[in-house]
Amino acid sequence: MKLALKELRRRPGRFATATIILTLIAILLMFLGGLLDGLIATSTGAIRAQNAQAIVYSGTAQASFVRSRIEPELRAQVEAVEGVTEVGGIGNVQLGARVPGNGPRDLASVALFGYELAPDGVPDAPPFGQAWADETIKASGVEEGMVIELGPARTPIEIVGFVKDTNFNGQSSLWASPDTWRDVLSANRPDAQVGADVFQALVVRGDGTDLPGAIDAATAGATDSYTVAGAVAAIPGVTEQQNTFNQIIGVTLAIALVVIGLFFALLTVERTSLYGVLKALGAKSSTIFAGLVAQAVVVTAIAALIAGALVAVLDLLIPPGSIPLLVTPARIVSSVVLLLVAAVLGCSFSLRRVLRIDPASAIGTTS
Amino acid sequence: MNSAPSATTVTTALEMSNVRKVYTMGDGSDVVALDHATLTLGSDEMVALVGPSGSGKTTLCSIAGGILSATEGRIVVGDEDISGHSAKELTKFRQDKVGFVFQSVNLVPFLNARENLLVVDELGRRTGAPAKARADQLLEELGLADRAKNLPSQLSGGQRQRVAIGRALMNDPALVLFDEPTSALDTKLGEQVMELIRNEMKSRGTAAIVVTHDERITHYCDRSVHIIDGRLEA
Repeated sequence: MKLALKELRRRPGRFATATIILTLIAILLMFLGGLLDGLIATSTGAIRAQNAQAIVYSGTAQASFVRSRIEPELRAQVEAVEGVTEVGGIGNVQLGARVPGNGPRDLASVALFGYELAPDGVPDAPPFGQAWADETIKASGVEEGMVIELGPARTPIEIVGFVKDTNFNGQSSLWASPDTWRDVLSANRPDAQVGADVFQALVVRGDGTDLPGAIDAATAGATDSYTVAGAVAAIPGVTEQQNTFNQIIGVTLAIALVVIGLFFALLTVERTSLYGVLKALGAKSSTIFAGLVAQAVVVTAIAALIAGALVAVLDLLIPPGSIPLLVTPARIVSSVVLLLVAAVLGCSFSLRRVLRIDPASAIGTTS
Repeated sequence: MNSAPSATTVTTALEMSNVRKVYTMGDGSDVVALDHATLTLGSDEMVALVGPSGSGKTTLCSIAGGILSATEGRIVVGDEDISGHSAKELTKFRQDKVGFVFQSVNLVPFLNARENLLVVDELGRRTGAPAKARADQLLEELGLADRAKNLPSQLSGGQRQRVAIGRALMNDPALVLFDEPTSALDTKLGEQVMELIRNEMKSRGTAAIVVTHDERITHYCDRSVHIIDGRLEA
């Protein structure tokens, strides 16, 4: 292995092509992962922020706020379930917002929530006509104290402060009182307006091993309840986005594996004579193969680290809100680990060839 | 055919008795590469193994060096009988008991002269400091002390040959096998290399087989053994 690492140090040019190609592949892998994380983050923040053991929709809503209605009677059934300690209503409406200073067609997409139980990172609901806003709305020119107008009815909402990572369906979220939400909903979506004590969903806190299951059992199927993670996955489109991106990431990894496999297979063919000599001198096949794997791992690690640094810089250079890119240490580390696994697997294509190198080839067998 | 050991030999470096090597070809037919070869080398004896191309001299050399397994027969190198050795045991044997100098020298191109010697220790015993001391000593004795940090590409043909000899001597072998050491050299350099080989082997009391098809260099060896169609002739 020492021999292999010495070769890397002394003949870096030999590995430059593979390192460059792997760096590009690693950048693609991390960028795709960052886009997936960004898309998911901007689609699910409002649910992920919920400090709850269950998110409850009506039975036929298919985890959609728009399709869900929770009447007071149903809420009472949920509150009566054993283990439930707190229940808060929540409702949502998605609209275009006019921002002072922007053109009449330059609308900011927002998702206004009316809530009773404050999510993590969101203060208690402000007075009627006011809302907390997710900080991503700043990209549309919104500032604290500004009054924006929601929907065709141009309902005024004053922004009283900003919160983080609470977006929903790719839109900046606004967090307001239930009364504010009902007012905005009835003014702009009269077909979807709800009664005074009606919500679209419930946020439930409590204990118990399977609170969502217990709630659905208690309401005889009138509710469709999820854990927070389950509710995130059930948001329409989220799973499809994840599957699509994960398949692209999988294909990218497969390409990395093939590139590594081919490169080191070619190197092995090129070094057949050298390996024959080393075997004649007493090298074991395992020693030679371990050297090959060490070279692949080091080349891949260098490529992945360069890629990680470049993607992090890219993340800083891209203006907030322009594309949903979220670069996290977890994504970089997991990409590096996956690439290293691909490196080891790619090298295994050369194992058979290494095993078959005959030490007799060092001196020939025919004379 | 066999060749009698030197009268002055007290112990032996190599004993090969009735060694056969048979290759089975793709069509099922057998090709005999070595036919009942018997050869004994004294512990400091230097033998030229002479024969035309395809005569079996490299096969014999490979079997003596534990690179190939014989189909039948007995092979003892130093005090180790390798006749029934597994591939793993032969690998260990090559690490400890024999030295090779290959036809085209075959130094590791990205290692300097000293590191090329230390490869033997790295692949085998991994003794560390003693190996480094031995490498330095060998380079000194081979007149390469000032070339220890040079890569093979920075050495002349003769210097590369010396490094290869040093590498073959690193594990203090019972037997060193030279495969056509002068085939790529002109007459003058070839003679210098053979002189060097003889001096190094004799000064250390190490046995050697020099595989060659060039009769002109056989006088550097204690005796010559001819091989034709896999059969040894004294």
